[in-house]
Amino acid sequence: MTGLRLALVGAPNSGKSTLFNGLTGGRAKVANFPGVTVETRAGRFQTPEGRDVDLVDLPGIYGLNARSMDERVALSMMRGEVEGEAAPDGLIVLIDAANLRTHLHTVLQMRSLNVPMIVALNMIDLAERDGLKIDIAGLEQKLGVPVIPTCAPRKAGREGLLDRLDGEIRNWADRPRNPSDDLNLQTVQRDARKLAADVILEEPVMNRATRAIDGVVLHPVAGPFILAAILFFIFQAVFTWATPFMDLIEGGIGLLGVTLGTVLPEGWVHDLLVDGIIAGVGSVMVFLPQIVFLFIFILLLEASGYMARAAVMMDELMLRVGLNGRAFIPLLSSFACAIPGIMSARTIANERDRLTTILVAPLMTCSARLPVYTLIIAAFIPPTRVGFFNLQGLVMFGLYIIGVISAVVIAFVLKQTIVKGQTQSLILELPSYKLPNPQDFLLGLWMRVAAFLKRAGTIILGTSIVLWFLTSYPSSAGTLRESFAGQIGWVLQKFLAPIGFNLEIAIALVPGLAAREVAIGALGTVYAVQGGEENVMGLAETLQSAWSLPTALAFLAWYIFAPQCLATLATARRETNSWGWTAFMFGYLFALAYVAAGLTYHGTRLMGL
Amino acid sequence: MTLDQLGQHEIAQVLGFAPGNEVLVAQLREIGFAETDEVELMHTGPFGAGPFCYRLNRTLIALRQAEAAHILVERSEAQK
Repeated sequence: MTGLRLALVGAPNSGKSTLFNGLTGGRAKVANFPGVTVETRAGRFQTPEGRDVDLVDLPGIYGLNARSMDERVALSMMRGEVEGEAAPDGLIVLIDAANLRTHLHTVLQMRSLNVPMIVALNMIDLAERDGLKIDIAGLEQKLGVPVIPTCAPRKAGREGLLDRLDGEIRNWADRPRNPSDDLNLQTVQRDARKLAADVILEEPVMNRATRAIDGVVLHPVAGPFILAAILFFIFQAVFTWATPFMDLIEGGIGLLGVTLGTVLPEGWVHDLLVDGIIAGVGSVMVFLPQIVFLFIFILLLEASGYMARAAVMMDELMLRVGLNGRAFIPLLSSFACAIPGIMSARTIANERDRLTTILVAPLMTCSARLPVYTLIIAAFIPPTRVGFFNLQGLVMFGLYIIGVISAVVIAFVLKQTIVKGQTQSLILELPSYKLPNPQDFLLGLWMRVAAFLKRAGTIILGTSIVLWFLTSYPSSAGTLRESFAGQIGWVLQKFLAPIGFNLEIAIALVPGLAAREVAIGALGTVYAVQGGEENVMGLAETLQSAWSLPTALAFLAWYIFAPQCLATLATARRETNSWGWTAFMFGYLFALAYVAAGLTYHGTRLMGL
Repeated sequence: MTLDQLGQHEIAQVLGFAPGNEVLVAQLREIGFAETDEVELMHTGPFGAGPFCYRLNRTLIALRQAEAAHILVERSEAQK
């Protein structure tokens, strides 16, 4: 049987990616807010009769007019206008059953394309639980296309769709395709509402749980405080709950280093393993528990439906800055990593708003900077209790907040100067709250953990080996300064000395461009090689004796702004389609990092610290 | 009256859209606002300022005041 190409289309957040993952075994990101999917994704599955189907997952669209980049991506793929990509043979149009009345016109617009289609009335279980009753057979008859109730995350909930797929596909071949003329939206809506009135047999008021939760979390006064409390709780939790696990890993790695150090005979293999690899990779692996805790919270927030509410509450602030509330979601994603953050700026229709969002996204503290902050804070900030809080947690929170405030200020300045433009509107659908799906949650967490481990096993391992060589040789070198790394770092350090950075920092910053936590691994290697045999203490203790407090604080300040990793720059280049803006982003962040580190260094020295 | 003049938990029916900004009107229609639909102001933004969250049929949609002012409504007879 011949292969067939189907595309998943429908309103944002109607469950397309969940259905895609369910059918193809794919790993598309799913969450509960509109605009999770911003690019197309292809996968393959077999129908019960054994027909191969290429399935394309598309960003959500409400209709046939594209405004934002993600909508353009979806429409051009659907119409077969993407070079090298065939037009789909048919569409699976998803609609959230609970919002049938509001979204039915989207189905009518898709139908006007005259492409073979199947309508999936998704999340039917939730709609029925609310008490919604729909005459599905009547809807199918009136629409003239198959309508199948589905529940995308469950196998049983996808069976109805699979069962009818083969039969429908056989009828497709000989249908003429002639898209109808320009649609009048008002007429389509009138038809849709009439249809809805006929087929919706019972329609209770909105989901009660969602109403009740929103009554609290969107309360005009309590709401913003709850948002701040949630964020603050996350930072405290990441900092304190992860500590026992981190101590465990650190202990294990220390033991491994000591054991290997005594078992292996003296020589370069011994030094490479102990001072290079274990000191380098090990000092980054210690932070795995923090990464796990951070992503547990981010994934729960994303899956629950709270993200869109947070965006609404931040909108007024964003409006004053000159941005759009929609920008909040890309910016919040950037706390995980700036790359998905920059990508999800595609949901912002106004190009200037999108550009501004991309330019400030790296100021959100990404998870790769978490190890850097944690290490320095653990070494230099005492864990004193301040009221209910731990001083270390407060400093960490402060670093995140400085990043956010800088982003707001810089966005404001950019909108006033080089990316002027009128403010875009905010029109955002808020999803019903849902309990996170355990399978999606675990898969999402695993993918993050795997990415972290992969970096540790590739980039960090690689730089540890290279750095070990550069710091250990030529073998005549008695000091770090005389090693290859020292000779290279010396040049850089001349430039960095005014902001209080020593030679070791200068050397570590270079590989830090690959990924920011690599700088920690690099410091681990550099100090291990220098320390020689007697060096069995953790990196934090080593830094405590090697760095002054002003240097440590300047290093933290540097990393609030520190120029992005190469992968972020590559993404920014692709999404802005401009080397100029990419260079601008790199340049302004570098300048800010330099100035902030310098001010911190000299400021704290003047204060006598 | 326009949607932004609605008080909290007041229910109204959509009559149409203010002329002038066709792009915005198309956007509002696409997300679902249509003549005869039932709307209710559910939540206001922080400290009573925008954006405003409206129930549109069974769907919850957030708009800024400027967007809400483009939607013409009539207060419903039956209030809860």
